[in-house]
Order: sequence, then C-alpha cells, then structure tokens
Amino acid sequence: MKGYIKESIISPFFKLLEASFELFVPLVVASIIDIGIANKDKDFVVQRCLILVALAVIGLCCTLLAQYYAAKAAVGFSTKVKHSLFSHIQSLSYTEIDTLGTSTMITRMTSDMNQVQSGVNLTLRLFMRSPFIVFGAMIMAFTIDVSSALVFAVAIPVLGLVVFGIMCATIPLHKRVQAKLDRVLGITRENLTGARVIRAFANEENERQEFRNATSELNFAQKFVGKISVIMNPATYAIVNIAISILIWQGAIRVDMGDLTQGQVIALYNYMSQILVELIKLANLIVTITKAVACGNRVQAVFEIEPSITDNSTIPEPVKTDISVEFRHAYLRYAGASETSLDDIDFSVKRGEVVGIIGGTGSGKTSLINLISRFYDACDGEVLVDGVNVKSYPTELLRSKIGVVPQRAVLFSGSIRENMKWGNEGATDEEIIEAITTAQALDVLESKPQGLDFVIEQGGKNLSGGQRQRFTIARALLKRPEILILDDSASALDYATDARLRASIAGLDYKPTVFIVSQRTASIANADKIVVLDDGAIVGIGAHEELLDSCLVYREIYNSQFKGEGEI
Amino acid sequence: MKKSKLKLSTIKQVLKYVKRYTPLLILSILFATATVALTLYIPIVIGQAIDLLANGAGTVDRSAVWNLLLRVGIIAVIIGLLQWIMSNINNKITYNIVRDVRNEAFDKLQGLPLKYIDSNSYGGIVSRIVSDVDQFADGLLMGFTQLFTGVITVLGTIIFLILINFKIALVVVLLTPLSLFVANFIAKKTYSMFHEQSKTRAEQTAIIDEMVGNLKVVKAFSHEDEAIEEFDEVNGRLQKCSVKAIFFSSLVNPTTRFVNALVYAATALVGAFTVIGSGGLALSVGALSSVLSYATQYAKPFNEISGVVSELQNALACADRIFELINEKSEEPDASDAICLTDVNGNISLQDVFFSYTDEQRLIESLSLDVSHGQRIAIVGPTGCGKTTLINLLMRFYDVKGGSISVDGTDIRDITRASLRESYGMVLQETWIRHASIKDNIAIGNPNASDEEIIQAARLSHAHSFIKRLPNGYDTIVSEDSSLLSQGQKQLLCIARIMLCLPPMLILDEATSSIDTRTEIKIQEAFALMMKNRTSFIVAHRLSTIREADIILVMKSGKIIEQGSHDELLAKKGFYYELYHSQFEGYGEN
Repeated sequence: MKGYIKESIISPFFKLLEASFELFVPLVVASIIDIGIANKDKDFVVQRCLILVALAVIGLCCTLLAQYYAAKAAVGFSTKVKHSLFSHIQSLSYTEIDTLGTSTMITRMTSDMNQVQSGVNLTLRLFMRSPFIVFGAMIMAFTIDVSSALVFAVAIPVLGLVVFGIMCATIPLHKRVQAKLDRVLGITRENLTGARVIRAFANEENERQEFRNATSELNFAQKFVGKISVIMNPATYAIVNIAISILIWQGAIRVDMGDLTQGQVIALYNYMSQILVELIKLANLIVTITKAVACGNRVQAVFEIEPSITDNSTIPEPVKTDISVEFRHAYLRYAGASETSLDDIDFSVKRGEVVGIIGGTGSGKTSLINLISRFYDACDGEVLVDGVNVKSYPTELLRSKIGVVPQRAVLFSGSIRENMKWGNEGATDEEIIEAITTAQALDVLESKPQGLDFVIEQGGKNLSGGQRQRFTIARALLKRPEILILDDSASALDYATDARLRASIAGLDYKPTVFIVSQRTASIANADKIVVLDDGAIVGIGAHEELLDSCLVYREIYNSQFKGEGEI
Repeated sequence: MKKSKLKLSTIKQVLKYVKRYTPLLILSILFATATVALTLYIPIVIGQAIDLLANGAGTVDRSAVWNLLLRVGIIAVIIGLLQWIMSNINNKITYNIVRDVRNEAFDKLQGLPLKYIDSNSYGGIVSRIVSDVDQFADGLLMGFTQLFTGVITVLGTIIFLILINFKIALVVVLLTPLSLFVANFIAKKTYSMFHEQSKTRAEQTAIIDEMVGNLKVVKAFSHEDEAIEEFDEVNGRLQKCSVKAIFFSSLVNPTTRFVNALVYAATALVGAFTVIGSGGLALSVGALSSVLSYATQYAKPFNEISGVVSELQNALACADRIFELINEKSEEPDASDAICLTDVNGNISLQDVFFSYTDEQRLIESLSLDVSHGQRIAIVGPTGCGKTTLINLLMRFYDVKGGSISVDGTDIRDITRASLRESYGMVLQETWIRHASIKDNIAIGNPNASDEEIIQAARLSHAHSFIKRLPNGYDTIVSEDSSLLSQGQKQLLCIARIMLCLPPMLILDEATSSIDTRTEIKIQEAFALMMKNRTSFIVAHRLSTIREADIILVMKSGKIIEQGSHDELLAKKGFYYELYHSQFEGYGEN
C-alpha cells in the first residue's frame, strides 16, 4: 500500500464523514416529530426537511471523493504490486520456475491480482463504513438515552459474533470447494487433450463415471458451505428485530416515566434499522473480501519465493587462461529430486574448440549445458568460465558471454528485427542479416515480402519448426558470444541444412567455443571433443574415432544411426 | 451494454433443467412470498406500538405495547427460519442444476465427433463447462429469486403504503424510479471505459503470457529489464483507464442513494404535513415511522431489479454457450445391429477412399489398399501428406467421405466403434498422460490388470527402470505437465499401455520420436515381437523401421504415389529413392 497512503486515508475518511452525516438523519426526524408535529409548526418541518436534503448533498459529495480515492488507491496499489510481482518473477531462477510452473505464475499475475484489486477497492469503500455505522449508531443511541442504548451494547457483540463466527467457519470450506472445482476443470481439460487415447481404449464410460464423482463431490461441498453461510442473513435479521422489540419496550417504559419522547424512541428504532442494513451489506462484502484475501495469499506465496541463485555484483578479476569452460567434479541435483542428475562431471574445453555432447533421453545433456550459463547451481564441485567460477560473476555479465539456443525454439510476438535485437540491442540491419545468413535462414527471410519487418505471431505460430529454430540460432549469434551453445537446436532441420549450418558456424571470424548437444552422431562427429553421457555420468570423452574404439555407448548410438539406418 | 438476444429455444431448454426441481421451486416461491409479507408487516406493528407512546408520561398502555412487541419478536424469528430454509432450497436447486448441466455437457463431450474437438480451442470448451455453467446457474437462480422477491416487495410496499396514506404512496412511487434513470445513465457512460479497460488488460495478459511463459529464454538473454520496461508501459496505461472505469462505475450506488435520501426527505415532509393537517387522524406518528421505513425498504429492491435484468441476460448468454455445446451433433450412434469385433484377423481393405476435412480442400483421393493378416505397413512422406489423416480414418475418428474401409471383410461403419478401436493398439507422437498414478496410467486399457502384469508391460517397454526411480515408484502421481517425466519417458509409458493389452492390430504414429536411439532399438525389438502376427501401421522417419516393413506406402499430398517393399521402391528410382538419397547428401558433407 506504500505510496498510496494519502489516498487510502482520504477515502475511508470521506466515507466516514458521509456515514456520520447519515447518522444525523434519525435525530432530525426525531425533532420533526417531537417539535414540528407536536407544535404543529409547519415552518419548522420544512426547515428540517431541507436539512435532510442538505445532509444528502453533503453525503453525496463525500462519497464521490471517497470513491475516487478508493479507485485510485486500489488500482495504484495493484499496479505497483503487479510491477513488483512481474519483476520478482523475472528474478527467479530456473529451479523456482520448475517448482512453481509458469502457468501458475500467469494465473497469479492475472486473475488473482484482479480479485485482489477489487477486494482492496471494496474494503476502502465499504468495509470501513459498516463497522463505523454500527458503532456510530450505538454512540448516537447513548447520547439519546443511556439505559435504552444498553440494548445496543448487547446486540452488537452478539451480531459480531454471528458474522465473524460464520466467516471463520466458511473460509476453509470455500477453499475446499475451490479445490473440487479445480478437479472438475482438470478432468475436463484432460478429456479434451486425450480424446483420441480415451476413445482408442474405449474408456469413455470410466471417464464419465469419474467426472460424475467429481461433480457430485463438488455439489456436496457447495451445499455444505452453503448451509452454513446462509445462516448469516436470517440470524442477523431475527436478532436485530428482537433487539428492536426490546428497545421499544424499554423506550415505552421510559416514555411512561416521562424520561423519553416518542420521537426519540423512533430515532433509536431507526438507528437499529440502520445497523441491520449495514450488516447485510457487510455480509455480502465478506464473500468478496475472503476471496480477495485467498487470492492475495496466493500472490504473497510467489513473493515469498526467494531466487535460489543470487547475483554477485562485483566483477571478478580476469584470469589468464586459454581454457574457456571447465567442469571440476560438478554434481547437479534438481529441487525435490532424490537422485543427482549429473554425477562428477569433470572436463575442460579450450577457447574456440567445438564440443559435441551426446547421450540418450534423460542422460543429462541439457542439465550439463545449463550449468555453464548458471541456470542451475552445481550442488557440489564447480563450473568455471574463463578460469573464474560462474558463481563469482554478475549473472548478466556471465550470460552476455554465452549465446544459448534452447531446445524449444521460442520467438516472441513482434517483427523479426525486434526478435533479433534480443541478442544485441544495437544491432544494425546488416549485422542482423549476416547472422541470419550464418544461421541458414536467409531463404526464409527472403520469402517474406516484409523482410525484417515481418511480424512473428505469439509463440511463432506463423513459422514452421525448422524456420523458428534457425531464427533462434541467428538471435544467439547476434550476441557474438564467446561461447555458443546449441541444445539440440537443429533437430527440425534436414541433414543437409544442418551440415551447412555447422560449416558456417565453424567459419565465424570471432571463433566462439561451441557446444553442440545432439542425438545425431552425424551432427557432432567432426567436433574436437565429444562428451558421451549416460544416466548423468560421462562414459566417454574424446574424438569420434577414439570413441568408436573405446566407448561402448557411443558405438551403440553410432551403429543405431549409421549402417544405412538413418532417417528419412 | 451487451446485446444478447433472448432466444426462446434457450429459455425452453433452461426450463427443462429447472423442471426437475419444480416442487422445490414452488416451495421456494411460497416461502419468499411469506417472508416478504411478514417483513412488510413488521414496521406496521412497530408503528402501532410507537403510537401508544404518543401522549407521553403516564399514558402508556404497557401490556398493549408488550403484546405488540412480542408479536414482532415472534414474527422476526419466523422470518429468520423461513429465510434460512428458502436459502437452502435455492442453493440446492442451483448446485444441483450446475451438476446436472455439467454432467450432461461432459457426456456430450464423450460422444462428440473428434472433428468438433479438433476444431475448437480446448480453453473455450473448458470455460463453457466450468465458468459458464457457474455463471448461468448463479445468475439464473439468484436473478430469479431476487427478481421475484423484488417484485413482490415493491408491490407489497405500494399496497401497504396506499392502505396507510394515498398521498405519501404517490410521492414514493413517483420519485423512486428517478434512481433507475440515474443508474442507467451512468451504466451507458461507463461502457466504453470498461471496454478500453478490458482491451488494455488483454494486452497485459499477452505480455505476461509471453514473458513469464518463456521465462527461461528471457533469462538466457538477460532480457529481464526490457521485459519489465515493456510490462510497465502497459501497466501504466491500464492503471489510468482502470481508475476511470472503476470510479465512474462506482458512482451508481452513491447517486441512487442520494436520490433515495431525497425521497426520504420528501416523504418526511409530506408525512409531517399530513399528520399536522389532519391532527393525527389521516396519519399517526407511528404510521409515519412505518412509512419512512418503507421508503428506505422500497428503494432497495427497486434498484436491484434493474441489476437483475442484466444479470439474467448474462445468465442466458452463458446458457446459450453451454447449450451450443450440448446441442452439438453427436457422432452417429452405432447401428443397433452393429457387429462387435472379436477374434480379429487383421485383413484390412481400403476401397477407393475419399476424404477431406473441409469441403474446399480434398485431402485423400481414391485411395485403395489391401492389407492382409500380420503385414507391416510403413507410411512415409513429407509433413502434411495425410499420414495422420489415414490413421484417423482407420480408427474411425473421422468417417470417410467416399469409398469404404473394412476389417476382416466387414465395413467399419457396421462395427461398434468401441470394439473397432479396442482392436487397435495406438501410440501417437503426442503423448497423453492423465493425472493419476503411473500404475493407473499404464492400466488405462485394462483396468483389471494385476500389478505383475503392469510391471511386465513396463519392462517390455523399457519404462520399468525409470519408474522404479520415481519417488513413489508405480504409485507416483503424474500428469501431462508434470516435470517428473521427460517427453521420451512419457512416450515409453504410452507404449507400456499397449504392451499391457496387446490388441490384434497396431498403429504406431512416430511412437518413438522422442526416445533416444539406443532405447529405441530395444523398444523396436519389443515392437518386432509384438508385431508378429499383428497387422501394423507405422508412421516413421527412421529407415531402420521403414526397411523392415512388408509394404511401404509413400504418400504425397493425400495420395499414395508409390507402394512396395524397400528394395522395389529403390529400384523404381522415384520419390522414395529421392527421399532416401537426400539423407546421404547430408552425410556427404561431413
């Protein structure tokens, strides 16, 4: 709420002003009855009714101000929170992204935040008002007649107990309903994505049954929470009316004794009625507020996640070495995993060398290269770039040295030029075209009449998989990185293009150190050094011919692909 | 305001769901009427009690006051009870209708042709079944009860007012609608602001989707600051238009309250004058206090009614969307004399098959093929050549537009879909893992399988070793977006499903595309064992798989352009030869 303190105070303040003016209304009415009617004084009545109108006008002005500042504060607040939430999410490292999942983060930033915003807005506008009217009415009652007002002093705590008791009882139940609803949603989604499989196994009847179970569980939970929450209105209604009866009874005795007038009893009665109206409003509000609080908690949970990789702001002393990347007995264990994904990785790569990394599914190829950019931290051992531990670099400096082409070719909505500039903010069109040429994507560019201004849709939907891959390679090349990492980035390219791509990368004038991750032996056979991974451990390291001789795993992979058994 | 046409057919269909709960609904209406009547009666009783206080000290008839007040207390308790029962009934109706509609929509989903599912976004269908149903039921029933109680409250108030004093009744009835005009005026003015707000919000969601969804790439390029900058720009714009929209829409309540306060003042004025003018005969002070409390009570339902109308409209719009789904044409049901396939041999014959997804674009034209028991058919060709379409036709996910497909001499349209589909074991490139344990995921085709059988199937598909290492082994709960499984491991699970039920025919559509070559060789061995004596269709890229096929179908733009064994096709020097050749060009440059 910081930065909107002024608004957050002004808004309830005007709301309270409005409420206090409203509290004068019964007094005015009482005087109409006791003085105006009793004395048959028409002028007095007119005058008092004008006061009523004046009170209404002042009340309107106050609320308008209150609403304006409430809107300003609530929106301003949520804008700020969204900004910090977005920045916070951007600061998270891969480990947190994995545990939390991006889809959760997206819902928390969008729908949860909207709920929080309307919750704050309503709280500022109404939540303060209701308790104020309730207590204000009680105080006004005391000014009229102390002994009658004692009824208020008893009724209000009882009402409070009912309202808050029901609220406390239903909040956890609402959560349960939400969980059941999520399940219904999950099954529906699953049945759409898996329609073919479900039908292939003729499993429709089971799915129906499961869905029925889920909906009836939801139905049961909804009715259960409903039973409790619907007590609120009838109970408050009955209590208030009983209180009114007692109040008037008290009033009658006091009038009989000459301590009170009829008009004053009416005023007391009106105060009690006002309390009822406010409580009903409050009850309706509580649902929105509890929802907002639940959403707020979910947002808060994201804020509480600390990025596991913290930045080092001091630039490390450069070390004189011709080793570009070195792994020293590095191990990696993912959060929540029981076993390590990388075991004792130990090798070094000289500047300008080309390294091939090969291995089966889940053998740890991507994990290994993710350590170089410090997307994850090694749980034991160390990784060095240019002779310095990656943990000693400011991450931005480290990552500026490295051009990564990830497995999944992701482009962003915007022109080709904008996408390319991700690699280098200040790149000229010539540089961009040069990089695109190296990445073998010039023909794609030339096929688009708009050239670099061709607008890529969200997710790159208007490009084929192979085209996307080549553009992501070009994007990485624009960085002129010292280390270029291609993580299975040529999988959608045919062999010929793949080979041309590797040749043009080998011909780059700035001679980057290149890591090529691949499942194809053909893509890495020419590398200076090939690292063979199996189940997270290095089982062979060396040049193609050596490995064919010495490494069983490599030979098996090679044989499965060569011997005339390639791909079409 | 959103214009939604109120279709008569929609309302009729809504009534169909409500009909089941007619007794409850009648009960609810009765209770509502009673509640309203009693609620309106209370101020009158209180007014009478207050009148007994008119003459001040020493004149109050205590026992009369006591009796009246006792009545108020008892009525209040009765109203509370009635309200509580009524709310429970309403909840029951609402939630049950939600359940009924959802179940029916889901049943529908199971029977819809795949064409519908393929051509509609999943998100759209899910939101129909989840949020539209909720809004429909909430809006409809809340709207209905509010409308109903609102109308009788308004009517009741008018009647009671007229009974008390005609002049005052006129003041209240004439002035209150003012608040409606004010509310409508504001709503119209704010519509464009809300439109602007939702447009900007959509823009922001798109950025969030992209930058958070691809956070890993953003980080790899240290692009966080630029992303935040872009986000802030939209965020700032959203702030401006949100403040406007929220502020102007929040004017409705204060202004109507203001109008009501004016009505209140007018009532007090006219009331007081009447009391003074008639010396308390035409209107007593107690009656005046009843009238004043009516004036406040009357405004509330009056204002609500206008809201209810738009709520009802919205509910019907939601209902419309759900019914669109429910009324969608189902797959033609199996004929009553449809044959249940048993002991399948696996002789498949395609006669002159035509097929297209849309009328404009023909995809498969005059395709004929005879496959006999135990043969292995490899389908080869560039992307979009119709390989997957052929599978859709074989499994009868889509019906042919011309010609026929038969299994063991019976047209597949004369066979029950379930038995036809169960005769095929299908593994697709796109995996599907349901939110359930590994064990349940494997047993999907055979829920009665024993643990031993499941483990055996997992062993055959080389999934056992990684399953063993999962936190809870075979009982580990997984789902499609679970990070516990790699794409290749998911594919192995899908293969294990087939290994468990061993159907007589197989369809493997790039079944091993995400599996590394070493594991693949092992799975191929298992497949080879399985394919013995089973007719199998294989879509593949890898030559090793293709070469062993009995028949290779080379497809290009929906047609089979070449057909034969590997050696025959190479000798032909046609399209297949070219495809095969292109591979070695790739190696040549190494």
